[in-house]
Amino acid sequence: MAQSFDIIVIGGGHAGVEAAAAAARMGASVALVSFSREQIGAMSCNPAMGGLGKGHLIREVDAMDGLIARASDEAGIHYRMLNASKGAAVRGPRVQADRRLYKAAIHRMIDAQVGLTVVEGEAASLRLVGRRVEGIVLSDGRALSAKAVVLATGTFLGGKLHFGMNSCAGGRVGERAATALADQLRAFELPLARLKTGTPPRLDGRTIDWGVLERQESDGGTWTMSPMSPSRPAPQLFCAITRTNARTHEIIRANLDRSPLFSGMIEGVGPRYCPSIEDKVHRFGDRDGHQIFLEPEGLDDPAVYPNGISTSLPEDVQLASVRSMAGLERAEILQPGYAVEYDYIDPRILDATLAVRDVEGLYLAGQINGTTGYEEAAAQGLVAGLNAAAWAGGRDAVLFERAESYIGVMVDDLTLQGVTEPYRMLTARAEYRLRLRADNAEARLTPKAIGAGCVSLERERHWGRRSVDRSGIEAQLHETRSGAQLQSCGVAVRDDGVKRPLSDWLRFPELDRRALLRVLPTLSEVQTSLLDEAIEDHRYAPYLQRQDSEVERLRTDDAVRLPADIDYASIAGLSAEMVERLASARPGSLGAARRIRGVTPAALAAILVHARRKAA
Amino acid sequence: MTADTIFALSSGSPPAAVAVVRISGPRADAALKALAGRLPEPRRASLARLTWQGEGLDDALVLRFPGPASATGEDVVELHLHGGRAVVAAVLAALAELEGLRAAEPGEFTRRAFENGRIDLAEAEGLADVLQAETETQRRAAQMLAGGALSRLIGDWQARLLQLAAALEAVLDFSDEGEVGEEWPPGWSNGVDALAVEMEAALARPAAERLKDGLRVVIAGPPNAGKSSLLNWLAGRQAAITSAIAGTTRDLVEAPTAIGGTPFLLVDTAGLRDSDDQVEAIGVERAKASMDAADLILWLGPPEAAPARSIKVQSKIDLQPVQRDADVRISAETGEGMDALVALLIARGRDLLPGDGEVALNARHRSAIALASEQLREADGSQDLLIAAECLRQARVALDRVTGRAGVEEMLDTLFGRFCIGK
Repeated sequence: MAQSFDIIVIGGGHAGVEAAAAAARMGASVALVSFSREQIGAMSCNPAMGGLGKGHLIREVDAMDGLIARASDEAGIHYRMLNASKGAAVRGPRVQADRRLYKAAIHRMIDAQVGLTVVEGEAASLRLVGRRVEGIVLSDGRALSAKAVVLATGTFLGGKLHFGMNSCAGGRVGERAATALADQLRAFELPLARLKTGTPPRLDGRTIDWGVLERQESDGGTWTMSPMSPSRPAPQLFCAITRTNARTHEIIRANLDRSPLFSGMIEGVGPRYCPSIEDKVHRFGDRDGHQIFLEPEGLDDPAVYPNGISTSLPEDVQLASVRSMAGLERAEILQPGYAVEYDYIDPRILDATLAVRDVEGLYLAGQINGTTGYEEAAAQGLVAGLNAAAWAGGRDAVLFERAESYIGVMVDDLTLQGVTEPYRMLTARAEYRLRLRADNAEARLTPKAIGAGCVSLERERHWGRRSVDRSGIEAQLHETRSGAQLQSCGVAVRDDGVKRPLSDWLRFPELDRRALLRVLPTLSEVQTSLLDEAIEDHRYAPYLQRQDSEVERLRTDDAVRLPADIDYASIAGLSAEMVERLASARPGSLGAARRIRGVTPAALAAILVHARRKAA
Repeated sequence: MTADTIFALSSGSPPAAVAVVRISGPRADAALKALAGRLPEPRRASLARLTWQGEGLDDALVLRFPGPASATGEDVVELHLHGGRAVVAAVLAALAELEGLRAAEPGEFTRRAFENGRIDLAEAEGLADVLQAETETQRRAAQMLAGGALSRLIGDWQARLLQLAAALEAVLDFSDEGEVGEEWPPGWSNGVDALAVEMEAALARPAAERLKDGLRVVIAGPPNAGKSSLLNWLAGRQAAITSAIAGTTRDLVEAPTAIGGTPFLLVDTAGLRDSDDQVEAIGVERAKASMDAADLILWLGPPEAAPARSIKVQSKIDLQPVQRDADVRISAETGEGMDALVALLIARGRDLLPGDGEVALNARHRSAIALASEQLREADGSQDLLIAAECLRQARVALDRVTGRAGVEEMLDTLFGRFCIGK
């Protein structure tokens, strides 16, 4: 008799963890299946969380009561607000996390989550009835049954490691690749393609000459990844910066023929924004050097992650090039860098809930969908977990819009455009960037989370308190002042004799937080983070109003549903390329079709006319 | 719902040597069979005797273009008739009686072509203009639009806009990685300014509607100056009533005409004077409004009172002494000076219309480009990278509305192609 759950999540990485936890928060009984319990919550690459675009995703997952932000705070050994000098919408919170502390925090939260069971084992195959998933079978023969299965298997699908010219099967070093499951998915004829990603060599921090290097200290201040985290409990370390130089480039150039990237052994496509060092040297040979960030991996761990030299060159070349850089002359490599090639499933077979359209009860999340990064994985895990549980429980889907969240941007991009390189979040991907700030994620999404029923009581109370505080701030900002009154407080605005609410005056950059506190000293009693959030809301309000009609049109177009079975090849006038893209993505609405790359307004009109004729 | 089958005379107004009647829609073939008794091979011209209710209509050349590889994407039939009015009228009447057929609304063929994805929006507008072109100048400008001159121009702007946007986005998304600067990209402001200047120059040229409707030439001046006589002479017909009584013209009289291949819309106006007559006073108000909207004014009043954009015309020189400040002196009675006036009108008209190689923008293009150039100006004036980037995005969206292309991915392609980015 098979052990029975509502949801089975395969894979204990960041996608799997968030998927399992989210489904359990929705009240589902969940099995989280992993090769080994020990590996759940492991950070396999750079031990950093957040950054530009990625910090937004973390805050959004947190606003939906996910784990990643709180675990990052428990493990954070270096905080940095990227783009701190620029507008709030592009500021990206980032932390370096101690691997062991991070994993411990995840284990603790997983263990505490009601309804979540960890099952150790290798998922060998899906149990299917026609095109409906009924559970899985483990390699030791145990069967588990469930209404829905979330695959969050990362690079384990057909993974292949490249160390110089040597290659072997595997996902991460020292772990097995889930090839049995991969074979079954291949038999399913889901569209697979190949990508590659790389890691840099890990250096022994005890052999680095830190004294000669420029230091990057942890940010002062008390901000945290999650507003729920009371503080930064771990001690703060510093990072350091070194550079590649002409000699480094010479060494790399002389050995390009020994890189599997250039010998043709790697067929997968790598990311343009995270090129290997050999790629950088090859493509931008005129540059005299590239910045390398030396990031400690943990408090009691000598390993240092040299961010910026991901490579698949042979070990001797890695060592020679590392030692050509300042501060690294005597550095030892703990583990050489390598490239990973892996299969991903074309995410255009998914709908906006990350469910495979043609296989009932099957959800995909994380790297398997062609994305890269912990944050992207975690956010997809959240979407898949919430929706698998909603679907299994007969509840409404939890959908995310482009105009509301980076999560919505990502899911829309993946399911409509597919990927041609590992997908990484960038703020440039979000056309409504001005309204999607990392600092207002909670205000944007927590009400939605409460509505969906996926938050703990603790989160709901936290939200309640902050809502009261937010209203209090808004009430105070309704107070009116004339230009002259502001001038008397030292704010250099023009006086036209009109009294305006302070919220209107905030459109002028002259009225910053410090000036505002002089004008209205009572505001110093409220939380700085909430005050900053309110200031930013009002500062960009005119631009948001300008976008409103655009957002409205988006929603109107999204409301025009297109049937899933449109035969695009039969619509006159569509180019072969458009037919291919539309047929692969099968947009659910006219708005989605409009967003597919290369679809012209004429094509859109033709699609609409076709759909209308068919419907009538 | 099955789409109606539509038909229309698609060549110029009869009488003409040949008149082409087009039929488009699911019942096009049925219509042809009803009139010609048979269906010829697709895309082959063949001669057919068209009959209706036992009576011969015409011996016509007929063609079939089965959809979707047709101009509209639907089944299309063309009847090339002998172009007499009676023949054309009889054929159109016969078609109207066929079940499921109706006369097309203006522009409906083009709209169907657009809706069936045969042409994009910019092409649709260009094609519509080709069909309506009545003069040589119009045909040239309209063909340039349909042939993609506009698309090329906007494509070039779009490419430059993407470069400018990518340069900002690189600073916003990648400046922490040490490969791009923290601040405004070098040369960025100049690039934005140059692009805005080009767009503004394009906007300063007359609109495409001018080519279609003609340049508005308003004939104005005091009562009884000979304005209506001048209009009639230029239009080559008695469009306006003339009399020796001052104040004969009370309302605007419009006469479209082509002079030397350039389309003009001549507008005769009430003579400008204070009047107690309520009707005449309204006419004078209209005359003044009409002058404000004019591309050119033929001013028949005292030269010193001539408004801007005027050609100062001294009329009735057979009756009056010579005014030295007039640009041209005429007599509509004797025809004296008229050749000089026509030459001047053509020369000034050419200056106002887009030259060869210049693209005429219609109202939709103009509003999109005006929005884009405004956004560029705002971007250039902003101190906030984020606002500048938002303005450029709005500018991109505005241009996309003309061509229906681009998007974030294009911008990212530009960005990654140009910068060495990433750790």
